[in-house]
Formats: sequence, structure tokens, C-alpha cells
Amino acid sequence: MFKQSRSPVRVITDAPEADVGSTDVPDELKRKSLSLPDIPESEAVRHYTRLASMNFGVDNGPYPLGSCTMKYNPKYADRIASLPSATDIHPYQDDSTVQGTLEMMYDMERKLASISGMDAVTLQPAAGAHGEFTAMLMVRAYHRSNGEERDEVIVPDSAHGTNPASAAMAGYKVIEIPSASDGSVDTDALKAAVSKRTAAFMLTNPNTLGIFDKNIKEIAKAVHNAGALMYYDGANLNAIMGISSPGKMNFDIVHFNIHKTFAAPHGGGGPGSGPVGVKKKLIPFLPSPIIKKADGKFVLEYDNKESIGKVRAFHGNINVVLRGYAYILRMGSEGLKDATVRAVLNSNYLKELLKDGYDIPYGDLKKHEFVASASRLKKEKGIKASDVAKRMIDFGIHPPTVYFPMLVDEALMFEPTEDCSKDELDRMAEALNDIAKEDRETVLRAPRNSSVSRVDETKAAKDMIFSTRYLRRRQ
Amino acid sequence: MDTMEKGRMLERLGFSSDDDLFSDVPNDVRTELNIGKGMSEMDAVHKIERMLSKNVTVRDMPCFMGMGAYSHYIPAAVDHITGISEFYTSYTPYQPEMSQGMLQALFEYQSVVCELTGMDAANSSMYDCSTALGEAARMCGRISKGKVFLIPGALSSERYAVLNNYLTGTGIRISTYGFDKDTGSLIPDDISSAVRRGDVCGIYTEIPNLFGCLDKNVASIKPLIGNVPLVMGVNPLCMSIVRSPGDMGADIAIGEGQPLGTRMGFGSPLLGMFACRQEHIRKMPGRIIGMTNDSDGNRAFCMTLQTREQHIRRSSATSNICTNEALTAVAAAVHVVTLGAEGMISVAKKNMERARTLMSLLSKVKGVEIVFKNTHFNEFPIRLSKDVATVNRELLKRGVMGGVPLKGHVRGMDDCMLIATTEMHSDDDHKRLVNGLREVL
Repeated sequence: MFKQSRSPVRVITDAPEADVGSTDVPDELKRKSLSLPDIPESEAVRHYTRLASMNFGVDNGPYPLGSCTMKYNPKYADRIASLPSATDIHPYQDDSTVQGTLEMMYDMERKLASISGMDAVTLQPAAGAHGEFTAMLMVRAYHRSNGEERDEVIVPDSAHGTNPASAAMAGYKVIEIPSASDGSVDTDALKAAVSKRTAAFMLTNPNTLGIFDKNIKEIAKAVHNAGALMYYDGANLNAIMGISSPGKMNFDIVHFNIHKTFAAPHGGGGPGSGPVGVKKKLIPFLPSPIIKKADGKFVLEYDNKESIGKVRAFHGNINVVLRGYAYILRMGSEGLKDATVRAVLNSNYLKELLKDGYDIPYGDLKKHEFVASASRLKKEKGIKASDVAKRMIDFGIHPPTVYFPMLVDEALMFEPTEDCSKDELDRMAEALNDIAKEDRETVLRAPRNSSVSRVDETKAAKDMIFSTRYLRRRQ
Repeated sequence: MDTMEKGRMLERLGFSSDDDLFSDVPNDVRTELNIGKGMSEMDAVHKIERMLSKNVTVRDMPCFMGMGAYSHYIPAAVDHITGISEFYTSYTPYQPEMSQGMLQALFEYQSVVCELTGMDAANSSMYDCSTALGEAARMCGRISKGKVFLIPGALSSERYAVLNNYLTGTGIRISTYGFDKDTGSLIPDDISSAVRRGDVCGIYTEIPNLFGCLDKNVASIKPLIGNVPLVMGVNPLCMSIVRSPGDMGADIAIGEGQPLGTRMGFGSPLLGMFACRQEHIRKMPGRIIGMTNDSDGNRAFCMTLQTREQHIRRSSATSNICTNEALTAVAAAVHVVTLGAEGMISVAKKNMERARTLMSLLSKVKGVEIVFKNTHFNEFPIRLSKDVATVNRELLKRGVMGGVPLKGHVRGMDDCMLIATTEMHSDDDHKRLVNGLREVL
């Protein structure tokens, strides 16, 4: 079992007011006082080092968060991403002075297109959800170019929350359809929902239950017959590389998560990178600029009449893209396929071991992730999915995603990724099966080995303290 | 991979080969990868190093470009701390008990943003300033009923284009107000007459503005606009010496946080700062970290007000944002903490000094005109007697990267470029630009 220290760390931003002194700022705009910490660098470094010791990352242990693909972040990618030749360039520099970065971007676009079976890729979106939003803007531009105003986007009820949120943000009415009894898309419900108003159907395959939808071609046909587009949420791409591709499944548009599938670190919540790949008919609508290659030189082309324009300043989270590029070069076709096979093997193996203590609904063969249910524990002992999650912390294992997808009662969604050894999976399963046997009090008291005990989330929402400044004003 | 281990795992599943893991994938959707062979770590690293060595960096050659991405000195402690793997290999802190370090670091980031902007609450980051602007405009639409979002006539085309996309489907239109041709300052009458016409849901203004001006008219907007929400965009680096948006009556403050702790990286990563007054908090997009207690009564932090967010509210969420720029936000906080109040004030003053010095040198160059009589932070436009693109090409031949052409950003200023200079530029760098322009013009 692991153990973190339990003494709270002072909030250093709670600092006294200091006079700003004289400046050349016009009087109307002159600032008088400033309240920022003035502490020696040694104290600052110790502060953050202590905070780091109260945090858990992929380097600390297994992190099987479902749909988050917390794989190991290879250190060679860190080295490359911190090269001055990568970091000390301005986004508006003359093309001739950034040929190295443009070449990397050009090659990465082609590699991602090849992996996904698409014809072109934009690297501009800064995260997965941002990629979804970008894609929805392109869907709108596409239909408009055909003289159509379609106003609905269909998503299955098992979809990631970002799907309906992104579609709504792009101005679409979201139609949610129920899943079939086996957890796949209810093709009859889909056929009943598609119409001339449908702009796109958003789907991830395998879905959030870890189920590969065998009817995918039939689904695509129904959507295409209505004149709508097929959108692939690439959050689950780690399940199919080298086996299938969104292009092969007749999707028209797809987003990637470089910070999931291609091993860039999550950074505690970003920066990520969410490139979008498209089939030929959508190329004219890609964000600007486009990278072209002419006479062996790479150039940025801004004059793209039908482009949706921009979704973020400059060219995207290129530093994250660069890490993904290093990973793809290192892995190659065989390495990426091996990763997928191992990720799926690990997920199925863990699922098999967890059958002792948990129910695992919706079929037996899973892809890279699966959803277990704590409903039996809840019924028998009053132990909920969130209680199991908190108790896992005491064993030094990061909990899975909980209460998602909503199709499963007391859901515990596991994605061990390829970067767990059999030994680690065995220990994880042992811990989870042990927890299932523990008495209610032990589980509900957890976690005890973390830097804090159970955090009162209700109080946080009630008190609404989001800064030391507000805290000071309130006191 | 250990094949023995794999064999034992397959056996436990009752499978005889890898293929059994994918028996649910129909043959007509099967495909193979075709991206070439993998390579050793050494070969991959060397290949990319060679590729990137074709870049010319701002350390190789002085560069005077800014407009949303700036070169500043980043204390080594920032790299060290953001490189601690407990921070950078963690996920969004969904499990607070295992993520107190990141949560407190982000709470402190929010606190720094609130102090610099004079706001009560901040989120733990957006992608960049342009998307923060888009989200701010959408938030104004949730706060007030109008359908017109008022922005400066001089705005980076990047920010304009992103804002435009973020307003898709909201029914909100963009309208602009003008700037004074002599000073670059905003025209207050434009704003008050637009507000009088009605239907304005929000007003956006920047400090410094696109031209780098510390525009004193920004301080006089609030009395002109009544209850219309005011959004101010800032460069956080000058906020240590400039009145905060909160102090000037803003409802929402946004900013590009890249100057704090992050290298330009071809415009990546950036950091969208986003803060607001407490009364608007439930309408705010993004992750928010709140202070609370644990079950033993000790102080603790967690993500809060998640019912605004996509994973709970789905199509009714305030935003679709999920992954944001957390580590970049931590870098910004560490940068500020490392410099301290005194260091922040001194670097802001240094930037003003650099701009003042370079403006004075350039004002003596034939063919160069300083466009505005105003106080500038670290950026200012110059008007050239020759074609701007040609001048930049000629400067490049002489080992200097000139400013950002204003063509495509501000109408009627095709003959101007925006010069940025920071504490990173030595007198010698200034001299190279000045001499270069002397030769070219």
C-alpha cells in the first residue's frame, strides 16, 4: 500500500498587499497595490515539490481511467518537445525559417490520415472536444455548400458527454437515441431518427462499453442514405489501430486525441491536441492555414475560400503534436498494432479476473475498455461505485472512471491500456476483488493513505471559494 | 512484449491467438497500418532533431514579432516544476484525494489570475485567448439578452475568426467600434452610441490593445454602458502595474497567459485565462477548482460546480471544454510565484522601457513613422515607406526578423507592421533592427 503525507500545505498566493511604486503608466490606468507572494525561490520549489508528492501520475502507478487512455508517456518525446528548435520559434515567422516544424506537421498530417483512413488532417484543434466542435463547424459548412441547412445531430446515449455538448455549441439540436439491449447502436431507433434534418451521427466504435459495433456498415449506410455525415469520436482509437480504421468503417470525419492514443502526457488536464481527419469531400472546409509542399519546400496557405476559418490562434498545440509524432515514428505500423492488441488483451484479462467480485454486463468480448458494475455490492452491503473507487486509492491504484456510461448502474469503467504488465493487472484485480469482500465500514472510511481523506464536494459547491482574493474579501 | 506472459493471459481467456480478441470486428472493416517501420529511440530522436534543426529560432536571430505570442525569459524553476512527473503525467483531477497537488497548484493559479485581473473567480484555463474570447461572448449571451457583441475595430484576425466560429448557432452578431487615428485609443462615443441603439449583449476591450497601447479610455467605458456586461482582455505581464479589469468595472476578464511561463513554440501551447465576478460564476465555462474540507475537517481542494459541464449536463452544458491547458496554467502560476510581486513589476517596467527605447531609435530612421502618440507596453505599430512584406524579406537577409504585418488584421494599415520588444532584446538586437531598416528603406 502506498502512503502520502497528511499535513496541509500553505496556500502561497495568500499574500499581503504591496505598493506598486512609480511607473510610466498613464494616471487613469496606474495600479496602486499588488498582492502576490514574494518568497525565496528555494521556498517556491519546496512548495511545489511537496504539492507534487500529493499527486498521482502515470509514472506513479496504474491509472486505468476509462476513455482516458492513460498510457505511459515516453521520455524521448519530452526531450524532443523541449528542444529550443521546437520551442523558440514565433508562429508568424517566415515559412523559410520554420521548415523543420512545417515538415513535421506535414508528415504528421499524412501519418494520422493513413492511420485513420482519411484523406486530409488539420492539427489546429487544441483538445478532443475542440476537435469535435471543429468537425461540427465543418459539417455545417459542407451541408451549406450543398445548399442545405440541416439542424440536427444524432448521438447514442452511450456517447461521451463532449459529443452532445460540441454539437449543441455548434448550434445543432441534439437527438439522443437509446442503445440496443446488447449495448450497440439500436439500428431501428437510428433509422427512425435520421431524416433530411440530420447533419451528422456521432459515434465512437468501439463504444464506451468497450463493444465493437458489428453493424457499423449498416449504420453508415442508413446515415449516408439520409444525406448526413458519419462522425468518429477518436477517444477510443487505441482499440483498433492496425485492425480497423474509421475510414474503412465509412466514417467521413474523425478527431484524434494525441494526448491519449499517441502517448502525449495529460498534464493534469492539458495541454492536449485534437486533430481532425476528413474524407475528400470535406477537405475544402478544413481550418486555415493549410500546409502545402511545393518544390521540396513547405508553405502555409491562408487563402482557402470555403474554409471554416480558425478555431484557435495560430496552428494548434504543435508541441503536443510533436510528442505524438515522435511516438508514431518510434512505433511504426507494427508497434501501433502491438499496442492495440496488448491494450485489448489487458482489458479483457482484467475483466476476466474481476468477474469474481463484480458484474460485467453487455457481452463478454471487450475492446480496450470495459464497464464493471458495483450494483451487487450496493444491494448487498451498501457499497457504491464511488466507495470502491476511493478504497482503490489506499492500494496505490488510480480509480477507474465512475458513473459513466449511464447505461450501467454503479459503473466502474476500466481502461488499463497496453502499459500494464500481467503482474500489475493481477495485483489490481486482487485489490478490487478484496475490496468486494471487505466490510462496509472499511470501504466507506477510505481513503486513509492519501494526503486527505474523503473530500467534501458538496461544501465546495456551496462555499464557492475559487481564489485567495475572494476568500480574503469574504473574511 | 513478453510472449510467454501474453500466452498465459490469452490462455486465461480461453483464447488461442490475438485474432480471438478481435473476432467481433467484421472482415469488411478490417485494414492494416501502412505508416512504415518503427525505429529505435536513438534513430527517432536523431531524425526529429535533424528535421527541427532547419528552423531558425529567435535565439539565432532577433525577432520582433508578438501579437499574441511573445518571447520572455522563463525562470529555470518553471521548467523544473512542470517537469515533475507527478504533475505532468496525471489526468484531470477527477479523484481529489489522489490529486491534491495539482488541485492546489490550479487553485493557486486561479488565485494569481484573480489577483492580476481583480476578479473573484477564475476557471483553471481555456485553450487560448481567442477561444476564451469566444466563450466570453457566449457567456455574455447567457448573462444578458442582447444579440450584438461589440468588439474593437482593431483586433487580431485570429481572435476575430475564432470568435466568429464560437458564435455559430447563438444568433449573436459581431459589431465593431473604432479607434482614434492619432492615438490608437478607442472612441468612447462609438461605444455609447452602440449601447444607446440597444441589443448589445456584451462589450470587449483589450489592455494593452492590438497596437500595444495602454489606452486610458478603457478606464472610462464602464460609466457609458450601464448593465451591459464588459469583457476585458489583458496581457497578464503588464497587470502588475496596470489597473485590473475588476477595478475598471469589468464583469469578465480574459487573457493570453503564454507570456507567463510558456515558450512561443510556434504558438503552442497557449493559455486562455478566464475570470469573472462572483455573481456570474454559474454561467462560466470550464473547470473550476474550489476550496473545501476533507472528512477529518482538514482543508482540501476539488473540482466543483461540475453541473455546468459537458460530462454531467451534456447538450445543455455551458461549454464542451474538457481537456484544457492545466500544466500551462501551473507554469504561469510558478512563473509569477518565482518572480514575486517585485519581479513581476520589474519585468513589466523593463518591457515598457524596451518599447520606449526602440520607438525612440526607430523614430529617427528615414522611412519609418511611429503611428500613434500613446503609451505602449511592449508593442507598437510603425508605418513604412516601402512594402511591408518586401521589407521583412530584406530584413531576414540581414539577420533580423521584423514585426508582424498589420495587413489582414486592421483595415487601412497595410503599410504598417507591429513591432514587439521584450526584456529578451538587448540594445544590440535593437541596433540590428534599426540598422537593417536604415539599409532597406
